[in-house]
Amino acid sequence: MEAITSITGIGVPLTRSNVDTDQIIPAEFLKRVTKTGFDDALFQRWRQDPDFVLNKEPFTHGTVLVAGMDFGTGSSREHAVWALRDFGFRAVIAPRFGDIFRGNSGKQGLLTAVVPESVVHDIWAAIDAAPGTEVTVDLVNRSVSCGDVHSPFDIDDYTRWRLMEGLDDIGLTLRHESAIDAFETHRESWRPTTLPAR
Amino acid sequence: MNADATGLTKPRTLAEKVWESHRVVTGENGEPDLIYIDLHLIHEVTSPQAFDGLRLAGRPVRRPDLTIATEDHNTPTLNITAQIADETSRTQIETLRSNAKEFGIRLHSLGDIEQGIVHVVGPQLGLTMPGITVVCGDSHTSTHGAFGAMAFGIGTSEVEHVLATQTLPLTPFKTMAITVNGHLRDGVTAKDIILAVIAKISTGGGQGYVLEYRGSAIEELSMEGRMTICNMSIEAGARAGMVAPDETTFAYLKGRPHAPQGADWDAAVEYWKTLPTDIGATFDAEVIIDGSALEPFVTWGTNPGQGVALSDKVPNPTDISDPNERAAAERALEYMDLAPGTPMKSIPVDQVFMGSCTNSRIEDLRAFASVIKGKKLADGVKLMVVPGSARVRLEAEAEGIDKIVEEFGGEWRFAGCSMCLGMNPDQLQPGERCASTSNRNFEGRQGAGGRTHLVSPLVAAATAIKGTLASPWDVS
Repeated sequence: MEAITSITGIGVPLTRSNVDTDQIIPAEFLKRVTKTGFDDALFQRWRQDPDFVLNKEPFTHGTVLVAGMDFGTGSSREHAVWALRDFGFRAVIAPRFGDIFRGNSGKQGLLTAVVPESVVHDIWAAIDAAPGTEVTVDLVNRSVSCGDVHSPFDIDDYTRWRLMEGLDDIGLTLRHESAIDAFETHRESWRPTTLPAR
Repeated sequence: MNADATGLTKPRTLAEKVWESHRVVTGENGEPDLIYIDLHLIHEVTSPQAFDGLRLAGRPVRRPDLTIATEDHNTPTLNITAQIADETSRTQIETLRSNAKEFGIRLHSLGDIEQGIVHVVGPQLGLTMPGITVVCGDSHTSTHGAFGAMAFGIGTSEVEHVLATQTLPLTPFKTMAITVNGHLRDGVTAKDIILAVIAKISTGGGQGYVLEYRGSAIEELSMEGRMTICNMSIEAGARAGMVAPDETTFAYLKGRPHAPQGADWDAAVEYWKTLPTDIGATFDAEVIIDGSALEPFVTWGTNPGQGVALSDKVPNPTDISDPNERAAAERALEYMDLAPGTPMKSIPVDQVFMGSCTNSRIEDLRAFASVIKGKKLADGVKLMVVPGSARVRLEAEAEGIDKIVEEFGGEWRFAGCSMCLGMNPDQLQPGERCASTSNRNFEGRQGAGGRTHLVSPLVAAATAIKGTLASPWDVS
């Protein structure tokens, strides 16, 4: 995974709350067996509307999505993260995220920054006043800025460290392989096994 | 047992007990804990990229004997012996089959008696049991918490992680007690409880928490009812929901194919009885609901928190004080083509969908059949009944439920996720309105432009008879 220190790019205002992962990528696009090529599927239903923000310049070149409360709720589909990434997004700013979506983002190098709701509204206003305004998400200093708007953001220490180092989760866990081996020697015989059926 | 500074044993919640008994490594300096996973469920949609990752890294599946796969999201519910018509669906299923073979994982394929929705199959096989950890690349994995397991949905990167290591790095959750006191009235079910809970705490209210459902109305529920409730924990933003194991749990499990036997059974039950939350344990938050006051519930909007009692009306967004909720309500009413003040029971439907991991178990089908038996499907309404697994389907057929559905005028289908999310051909057409026993009323969830009202099996049955959203109290 590529290491991240700071992301700067065109901010895209998604002025809605409760954007679930079915909206980010509808189920019919989950049939593919690859991890890329989902850019056309991103917000596919909403993109049928020519006035939808991602159909308008300069937002087609956006890299920082600025969304309302509860972004990425619902289904666990990591395809939502792949679709955002394939479209070109590197970071999402919102007051609150769906738990599974946020976890998936951290595994795939999509930075999710939690800021107070008022900051989201201020960034929307700044972009509205000057479409194309860039937003910076600085992971080192845990801060977002857009024009005159500056705010710290929340991210857990571990995810921040992993993103800054570009580390692979499985590799990190396998450092503890002997602890896993030891744990398994104590696993009670009543616990489930799938092979063979009794 | 863990002791505090005074040497006394600290009372713990069910969730804390399960968490602590699975901690392989305790995280230090802000690192997460490393948690052991007892059971990993796999399906065709969220696994192909995970297996690709293993192949690229040259890693094996660490514990194929703790992993099991089924085909559910894409599978047809008609003509299951014919080749799947949609090429991408077929490729995805074939990819699961080749991955299961390559990595030595047991797979219940289409046509196998144990095939079906992954969250119906695990409990039916007796694999889901108290005090274990369960994960699956599906957010409704919370279902399995009904047994007193800690069960939650994960993304594809985490699927790969569990395949490779049988563990997950996880940050401890907060705990929330959802206490449902009193006794449910006839016609009010587990589905009505959970829809009322989500309406109360909102779709984000459970975020960061493990929910523990407790109280007399929960204790009186069957395992099927408890699964319905835990299933929709994710719709309140919580990754997991749990119910303490009790005699109902043990009776459900005993004798199932993978349930412990003999001395193992005795040892397991002895341990399981230690799992319920200790007296004096504290939760980080608590919500109390009067179960006796609940009525059949229904959603009017496009997220599961937008619900009211069926006897109520479509709300007026101008009455909602929170600006986000108000804007969401305005959008939802526009999408749902509903006017504020419309009585819920006056809303006509085009389709009724009886199925999904929320409500497709044998008890759900029995409840549905008991209402429609001897009656006729309303004119112009389509009804699809989709059992949760091939085994549930056979069990229902042995009881004559298939005949009741067909004589009523409905379609009796093969098992799968079906029109809960419309990845197979079972989809709503644009503008169609559906009373659905599933779990998500998101825009387009059941097909582009489709409109979904979430209901219990009893409300679905009454609605199928009336042709408008209806309570079981209206048709008895």
